[in-house]
Amino acid sequence: MLLEVRNLSVAFGSVMRPVQAVSGVDLEIAAGEIVGIAGESGSGKTTLCAALIRALPKAARVSGEIRFDGRSMHALSPRELRELRGREIAMILQNPMTSLDPLFTIGNQLGEVLATRCDVPARHLRDREVELLRSVHMTAPEERLRQYPHELSGGMRQRVLIAMASATAPKLLLADEPTTALDATIQEEILVLFREIRDRRGTAIAIVTHDLGVIRRICDRIVIMYAGRIVEEGSVASVFAAPRHPYTRALLASIPVLDGDRVHVQSIAGQVPNLADLGDFCPFADRCPIAVDQCRAQAPPEAAFGDRQRVFCWRAEGIS
Amino acid sequence: MSDSHIVGATPSSTIPWLERWFPSSASAGGQPPLPIVTCVCCALLVVAAIFGTWLAPYPKEAVSLGDSLLPPAWQAGGTMRHLLGTDQLGRDMLSRLIAGARISLATAAAATLVSGMFGVLVGLVAGYVGGILESVAMRVVDAFLALPFILLALALVATLGTGFGNIIMVMVIANWARYARLVRSEVLTVKQRDFVTLARIAGVRPLTIMLRHVLPNVLNSVVVLAILDVGRAIILESSLSFLGVGIQPPDVSWGLMLADGRTFMGFAWWLTTLPGLMIVFAVLSFNSLGRWLHVRFDPRGQL
Repeated sequence: MLLEVRNLSVAFGSVMRPVQAVSGVDLEIAAGEIVGIAGESGSGKTTLCAALIRALPKAARVSGEIRFDGRSMHALSPRELRELRGREIAMILQNPMTSLDPLFTIGNQLGEVLATRCDVPARHLRDREVELLRSVHMTAPEERLRQYPHELSGGMRQRVLIAMASATAPKLLLADEPTTALDATIQEEILVLFREIRDRRGTAIAIVTHDLGVIRRICDRIVIMYAGRIVEEGSVASVFAAPRHPYTRALLASIPVLDGDRVHVQSIAGQVPNLADLGDFCPFADRCPIAVDQCRAQAPPEAAFGDRQRVFCWRAEGIS
Repeated sequence: MSDSHIVGATPSSTIPWLERWFPSSASAGGQPPLPIVTCVCCALLVVAAIFGTWLAPYPKEAVSLGDSLLPPAWQAGGTMRHLLGTDQLGRDMLSRLIAGARISLATAAAATLVSGMFGVLVGLVAGYVGGILESVAMRVVDAFLALPFILLALALVATLGTGFGNIIMVMVIANWARYARLVRSEVLTVKQRDFVTLARIAGVRPLTIMLRHVLPNVLNSVVVLAILDVGRAIILESSLSFLGVGIQPPDVSWGLMLADGRTFMGFAWWLTTLPGLMIVFAVLSFNSLGRWLHVRFDPRGQL
């Protein structure tokens, strides 16, 4: 397993009344796998991502274990961590408009990555830069190298960022809402790019998104988070075909459906619970249409189904 | 960049031809035109400061008691040999004003440069590192901004003695805190931007991030503040020299000439008026240039 997370919890704020951003998450990502982490705002997706690369603010209290490629992330020295982040784990952020330094050309910024992270000698730098931009299907790569970020469109910038992130052939690529800021047509092209990188280099990719359509299109596996916990995970095929957790069902139902000339959207009643007041019971119980007394009294157990599907729900057996 | 500045129409109260020569900070729409007069004035001052020794008709200390207190050439009793007249020792006013430009500008430039560098260093480190270091540094900045400048200058010169180095030090003490405060606030915004986050995640060293990504992104405002500060520094130096704790004879400075000429103010107006006009001219020129840079390069107006 490339990445193994065991019982990871992240808390912020006071010790007496902590805000439990992530609680008890177990997660595995295999080499070359594309995993989608889904959930609504505040469900802990981004915090989980930051915890994976130890990039949380100092105030965060983290417990649990993260092993990357057989090494424990918490045992790494700052120097080893820097090497790991620079070469083996790469990250892409949501907004391609602000992810590039406005004062340097694209070539300059790509060159910096290549020279410092991939030890490319100066005389080969330009060739490698062009090659990198070609690999992300950038039109007129030679010209792009001379341009500044503001001269590029959002989709082109995201391509540049993907090129930078894949330059070191990382083992794991974390993409935090990589397509949210882009048009639907550009989204599709960027998603294809992710799959190509995986196929070409065997890079495992974790895509954090609230867009289930993105996950359905390119992911192998889906992880659904709610209030800092994993509520359901499994292969994309099995979860989309047979969602077991009522939250997953509600999320899938909330994708707008075009019926003739009318659009149906099913919303989920209620709100995400306050992460400071989570009891030791199912966090979705208050919004769940099929909750029973037990759901408000005890934390749900893990229930396993075929094809490595895991569900945390007292009533999982009853739904299909 | 060029298409993002259309904020609103130019306010109707501004006068186009005046705006072109002396731009105000109020012109909101579009990019302000290059202020030609301002640029020419600043260039003239700089040329006088650098090549003054060759341009001036006489050496600044050439005494000629027979020609003392000659009025400017256009006034009765004036002579073409001394276009702007002479002082009580018969020294040529034009030559001394040109020599004064060198001292005033050199002092202002040196003081601005040193206080800028020191302030940027403090602000950059405080803003980027944060925590206790930032709190302490910013309280020190507050303390320095609260110091009454003239009193401090008098006290320092009284203990350290006069001299070019000491004057510059006094001016740096008076000015560096403003840079530190500006840079720190700018760093706080740049630090939050995604390319800095990405660099940090990619394992780039903090020092590299500070120098390569944060510093270049805050320099814009620093340059604008520095140019605006040159005018301020000229006034500071003149005040110090006027009070007798700045430039000392035989060096010439406009503030010093002003002080020397006071005795003869009743019947030799040129001894005080001309250096005073030079101070006004220099400060106006640099302030105007700074204003233009401000509107052009820092349109959000954070200064």
